[in-house]
Amino acid sequence: MSEHPQGVSVRLRGLRKSFRGVEVLRGIDLDIAAAEIFVMMGPSGSGKTVLLRHIIGLERPDAGEVLVDGKPLPEGSEPGGVRMGMVFQSAALLNSLTVSENVGLYLEEHRVHPPHIIQRIVAEKLELVGLKGAGDKMPSELSGGMKKRVAIARALVSEPQLLLYDEPTSELDPLRSVTIGREILALNRRLGVTSILVTHDRDLACGVAHRVAFMSDGLVSFVGTPAELRETTDPLIRDFLTIDFNSNRSTSEIP
Amino acid sequence: MFRSIGEVALLGWQTLVALPYTWRQRRKVADQLFEIGNASLFMACLLSLFIGGVVALQSGPRLAERGIGGMLGGLIGLSVAEELAPVMMSILIAGRIGSAMAAEIGSMRVYQEIDALRTMNINPVHYLVLPRVVGITVGLPSLVIFSMIVGWGGGALVAVLNRDIGLTSAEYFNDLRLNVEAFDVAKGFIKSIVFAVVVGLVSCQQGLATMGGPRGIGQSVTKAVVNSIVLILILDYFLTRVLLVFQR
Repeated sequence: MSEHPQGVSVRLRGLRKSFRGVEVLRGIDLDIAAAEIFVMMGPSGSGKTVLLRHIIGLERPDAGEVLVDGKPLPEGSEPGGVRMGMVFQSAALLNSLTVSENVGLYLEEHRVHPPHIIQRIVAEKLELVGLKGAGDKMPSELSGGMKKRVAIARALVSEPQLLLYDEPTSELDPLRSVTIGREILALNRRLGVTSILVTHDRDLACGVAHRVAFMSDGLVSFVGTPAELRETTDPLIRDFLTIDFNSNRSTSEIP
Repeated sequence: MFRSIGEVALLGWQTLVALPYTWRQRRKVADQLFEIGNASLFMACLLSLFIGGVVALQSGPRLAERGIGGMLGGLIGLSVAEELAPVMMSILIAGRIGSAMAAEIGSMRVYQEIDALRTMNINPVHYLVLPRVVGITVGLPSLVIFSMIVGWGGGALVAVLNRDIGLTSAEYFNDLRLNVEAFDVAKGFIKSIVFAVVVGLVSCQQGLATMGGPRGIGQSVTKAVVNSIVLILILDYFLTRVLLVFQR
């Protein structure tokens, strides 16, 4: 972890959320330290993305609380004084803006820098994610993987204290996945950004995480280091980590 | 229904509070104005020409039969300025621009673009609603003034060319000048401002409330247009009542 963290801590207490009578989060308690890289894994539909949306304030819990940097998120839909960024699973680029305009949107709207500085920062971030020269393209001209990289560049320009990634390496080739993983690590080391990842990518999780949480059925069933995760005897987690196409166990046995 | 009205009122208040940020969003306001002008000017011209023409065609021969054909200019002048131009243009804009607003914002909502704005601490009301509402509030009344002039011209064309009416353009416009006062034009103008705000807010609210996928976007567009038209026609009655009080 960074020695001089600018990242913020996240504390979740008794978090519960239901949608149309279906309880998606059933009492989540988690403590994520400032400047930590925290990965959440678990089967699809276990509530990971909903949890992420609570942390950034896009959802309000039915019960419990989310404390970011020791303070509850302000009422309303926007995050408060803490700079947060989120990389959505669908990338969520603004389709009416070019790639450059998407990446520079935060800086432009908050008048953080003059236009020529914004242009330079945007070019730097695009180069970082391997999209040098793609600034004038529209999102509709990009592949899924390229959109995801633009979304990562967009999240980075605000120099966030808390960065949330929802499946950051889905739709990316293995080389680009490793590059993104290394960038998550580099950001953490350089700036001490607190990073929370939701992923099914076992290599990414074990490669970058300081700690991993495993979620199933709206509950956290395991929290520990990647080494502890590999040693766990929980059958669901073991299957999740080890199952492959040659495995004898049927996937129908996995919830 | 009542929930939608409440949400429109709340959005109206949030937009009012955001008004000081209009200058920062001036490029987007200009884009909206261009959209209104570019998308609707030709259609507004055509519609207004035929509105003036059909009123002349319906009423001109009957007035002429009764020996009061000379009053046609005033009749068309008042009906176009006070009712037809503001109401018809507002309905046209609800169909062309309001539907586009609801579809664009609805699509942004469905595809998480609005969530992305929120995570960047960008207020969707400032970024999406304010420029659209300001743009339509400036654009629609301008279009209505244009529509009044073209509508009067359309009436004149039929009044002069139709043998059953048989007016000269001088007779037509003299009567129009005598009967249409500045306040009559102002009444149409004031109505169009209110209708513009209603179309803008209803369309944006429907966009922001969109749920589901493409089907949800389609439903929002339909609701935006239908609700806007219903509100325009209901408000037209009450605005007329209020403005008549000021005329006395």
